[in-house]
This record gives sequence, structure tokens and C-alpha cells, in this order.
Amino acid sequence: MTDCKPIEACNLTKCYGDFGAVKGVNFEVSRGECVALLGPNGAGKTTTIRMLTCFSPITDGLIRVFGHDVSEHPRSVKSMMGICPQEDNLDPDFTVQKNLLVFARYFGIEKSIAASRVDQLLEKVGLTEKADSSIIELSGGMKRRLMIARALLNEPRLLVLDEPTTGLDPQARQLVWQLVRRMSQEGVTVLLSTHYMEEASQLTDRVIVMDEGKILLEGEPEKLVQTEVGREVVELWNMPGEVLDFFRQEKWPMEQIEGRLYIYDRVGGEVAGAIISRFPEQERQIRQATLEDVFLRRTGRVLRD
Amino acid sequence: MQTAKLSNISFRALHVWRRNGEVLLTTWYTNLLPPLMEPVLYVFAFGFGIGGLVEDFSFQSQEISYLQFVAPGVVAVAVMFWSFFETTYSSFVRMYYQRTFDAMIATSLLVEDVIAGELLWGATKAFVAGTIMLCMLTLFELPVWPSAFWVLPVAAIGGLLFSSVGIIVTALSPKIEAFNLPVFLLIFPMFLFSGTFFPLGQLPAWANQLAHILPLTHVCALIRGAFLNLTPRDLGVHVIYLLFVTMALCWLAIRLMHRRLVK
Ligand SMILES: Nc1ncnc2c1ncn2[C@@H]1O[C@H](COP(=O)(O)OP(=O)(O)OP(=O)(O)O)[C@@H](O)[C@H]1O
Ligand SMILES: [Mg+2]
Repeated sequence: MTDCKPIEACNLTKCYGDFGAVKGVNFEVSRGECVALLGPNGAGKTTTIRMLTCFSPITDGLIRVFGHDVSEHPRSVKSMMGICPQEDNLDPDFTVQKNLLVFARYFGIEKSIAASRVDQLLEKVGLTEKADSSIIELSGGMKRRLMIARALLNEPRLLVLDEPTTGLDPQARQLVWQLVRRMSQEGVTVLLSTHYMEEASQLTDRVIVMDEGKILLEGEPEKLVQTEVGREVVELWNMPGEVLDFFRQEKWPMEQIEGRLYIYDRVGGEVAGAIISRFPEQERQIRQATLEDVFLRRTGRVLRD
Repeated sequence: MQTAKLSNISFRALHVWRRNGEVLLTTWYTNLLPPLMEPVLYVFAFGFGIGGLVEDFSFQSQEISYLQFVAPGVVAVAVMFWSFFETTYSSFVRMYYQRTFDAMIATSLLVEDVIAGELLWGATKAFVAGTIMLCMLTLFELPVWPSAFWVLPVAAIGGLLFSSVGIIVTALSPKIEAFNLPVFLLIFPMFLFSGTFFPLGQLPAWANQLAHILPLTHVCALIRGAFLNLTPRDLGVHVIYLLFVTMALCWLAIRLMHRRLVK
């Protein structure tokens, strides 16, 4: 069993009636890897995660977690996994500390072990002082941190976090990143979904971009930026016709959205050089290409329904 | 479509039960006061109020006071109310608003454990309420001991029955407001027409027969029999009905709730 992959998904499919929320995706996550699931709203990230974490029955295909089929062995799969769902579901009837203690009991963790683990985790997520507070007294960010602490209670080998940092302030987000990094270093495999491209590039070894229930592309963040967009992006606005005409004739790939021109420069410096020498007055921004550009180029810069 | 598996129920259902118990203990006074006070109010209303108007009351050819007749009915009603309202309003809040079930299913618990724990908890609340009421009524020397001990298992099984009814209603209700309908169509008629406040023989024959379909009729008959130490005429029918219908409704509750939760 030790050589089994933390996650193997084959032809994973989920339909709600006629609607396909996830349409036959294939992916694997290796031991110790930290992987981000990206995709616009409704892409199927949560649906994928819900199937992986035994919340939602699979319509077709298969997922194995450390070699166990999730449909066949939900109990053993869930005992190896730490789950933080997209929506907070802390128990409002208990205090912060009691939330974790009761949760530990659901896992069948012995009382004395649970007590010390709970204290450590509260320390880790910076909530020791809130131990006796009720859940309604917590801010959104504190709740999210407590959710993550809760996901670590059973010392999982696989951590699955659905939008762990949505709604957090920069400090709290840093804290979550540190936590995830630390878990990663300790050899825990992590799968998380996020809408923050910076988070994905900083935190993860690999990203999987989903759109409309399918995997659009996957790879290491830096390599994806390099192959999909290149090194630099030049953004122009308020440009006269001649600027537009000039770049239309050039080789560089570009996109025009709402009067704004995005020019992608694989090598770096070429487009910027041309702009500065030919149209020095042109309003512009020259910046490094990021994962966000990859994401927007591939999933579209405009909002879809 | 995946359906509920009874074999998925494990001892872990008790963790769910215990969680609800611990929440109750944090607010025990709001939960314990009603079953402590209710019987006293009933004794005054029925014993002194209505009881004074009812003369020469007999039940199964025994001369008893109206208060003696109605006291076990009141216990039966409490068993129904405490379990039904626990697994409707309270379970719905846990399931829908607090997402407590979702949190539980992220652990070693399976959906079936959670449902079983809720059912067991509803039954426990009915049992506790019934027990407290029995004790209070003993202060007025109403139950006949030791026969009244048999009220306890009936309260527990009856509690499980009405918990199942509650879970079925919860599983089928899109919103919490939808509970008004089953309360009006199911619980309220049972409250009045299950031999709780008057012998069913008072009803026209067709209504009497209809009343025998209602679960509370059988729960009430068994509780009254134990309470007054008067063996019901159809003891066997009541017992078989109670056991069979409880098992059937339990099964249906788990199945429907599983369908509601697993999407
Ligand atoms: N229970 C359900 N019944 C019907 N359709 C559903 C259900 N749950 C999700 N969907 C649909 O499945 C699609 C994928 O939803 P999902 O929640 O997986 O998206 P997501 O990638 O997590 O989006 P977000 O970034 O907004 O969280 C959406 O179109 C959604 O409307
Ligand atoms: Mg989502």
C-alpha cells in the first residue's frame, strides 16, 4: 500500500440530472505534492472535491485515495484525510475548543491525545486566546482558521482544502500559507482549490485548471506561465488607431478586451522596446507574466454565466 | 443512485447522540423545565378543571377518576411531542442551517451513522421527558407502581417511532416552514384522537377504526395499561403494531434522509 498514490482519479464524472458538473476528468497527485485546483465559478472544483472526500456519489469513473476506492471504503478513506469544505460548518452550540474536542471524538481519537492535540492546533492557528469563545464571536478569518485546524485533527496524510483562504485578511492568509507549507514539508499531500493565482503560484508544485467540468491544462505554475504566455505582458489603453494597426501586423499574440490591449511577449523586452521607441507617449503597463494571465487567457477575460 | 445501507450504521452513531446530549446539557433548564411543569399544569386543568365536570367515569369496567384516565394520555402525548419536534425543527436546524451533519460526515462517521444518531437522540428525549413526567405524576399518586415501570420501554420505543416520523418529515421538507402541514394534518389529529383525552369508544365507529391506524393510539393504550395496571384488551395487537411500525418507519426514515443528504 505504501507505493499507492494519494489521489488517482480516472474518468471521474458527476451529473446532476442531465447536467454534467464534472465530465470525465483524469488526474493524479503524488506523495508529498501540493496541488491547486483552479477554475472559474462553476468549473466543477467543489464537485470534484466532494466526490474525492466521499460526500457525493460518483456518477461514473473512479477515485482512489492511497489505493482505496472512495466509493467502497469511505470510512478508511476519510480517516486518512483532512477536509476543509468551502463553507464553514463549525458547531455553533460549542466553544472553539469544544468544537475540536467533539470533532476528535467523531474520529475516535482517544480523549487524552485529543486534548493535547487540540491545544497544539489552537496554538498553530493562533486561536489559543479564543479557546473558550463561542463560534459566533469569531470573525470570518478566525472561523476559517479553526476549520483548517479541525481538518488537521486526525493527522491526515492527505489534506483537502476547498478555498481555504477566501475571505481572509493578508495576515490570516499568510498564516494559512505557512500552515500548508509546514504540512507539505512534513510530507502531507495537499490538494486545495483557490481563486487566487498568486496563492497557487506561491504555494503549490502544480496546478490543475478546470473549466466547464473538464481539465483545461495542468502543470507547474512557472512552466505554464512560460509556455502559455511567456515572460512579459504589456497592457495598453487609450491607444490611437496607429498603435493598434502596428501591433496587428506584428507577430506577438494579443487580445483586446473593453478597449484594453494585452500583448504577450515570450522573450521579454521586445514589445516593451517597440512601445518605448515608437510610441513613447502611449499609456501602458509593462509587467511580468503571471499565472493569472495564463488563467485569464485560457478561461477568458470576461465573466461568463 | 446510491441508497442507504443499514450495515453502514455503527457504534459511531453514539457520537452523534452524545453531541446532542452535550448541547442539551449546556441549556438543560430550558429543556427540563417543561416536562417538570407540564404534568402539574395538566393535573390542575384536568383534575380540578375538567375532572370536576366528569362524573362516574369508568375505563375497562373500572371506576377511576378522569384525572387517572388522562394522566397516562398526557405522558403519551409528551413522548410524541418531544421526539417529533426534536427530529423536525431541531434536526432541520442542525442539518440545514448549522450544517452540522456535513461537518460530521467529514470524519469517520457515515451518513447512516448520523441519521441513526439523530433517531436515537429523538427517542432519548422522549424517554427522558416521559420518565420525568412519570416521576412528577407520582407526586400526585397517579401511576400504579411497579406496573408503571412498563411505561419506560414503551416511551423509548414510541419515541423512536415518532423520531422516525420526524426524520421522514424533515427529509421531505424543502424549508422549515413546510413543517406546519404535517403538524396540522398528522400530529394535531393524533394529539386529540388517539384515546389521549377521552376513550375512543366515544367516537362514531368509523372514526374509532380510523383512530386505530394512528400510532399514538397504540402507544397511548400501552402506556395507559402500564400506568393504571390495567392490561389493555388488545395487548398483543398494540405490541405488534408498535414494534412493526417502529421498525418500518425507522427504515424509511434512514432511506429518505440518506436520499436528502447524499447528492
Ligand atoms: N447539488 C447540485 N445540483 C445541481 N447542480 C449542482 C449541484 N452542485 C453543483 N452544481 C452545479 O455544478 C457545477 C459545478 O459546481 P461546483 O460547485 O463544483 O463549482 P466550483 O468550481 O466549486 O465553483 P466555485 O468557484 O464557485 O466554488 C455548477 O454549474 C453548479 O451549478
Ligand atoms: Mg467551489
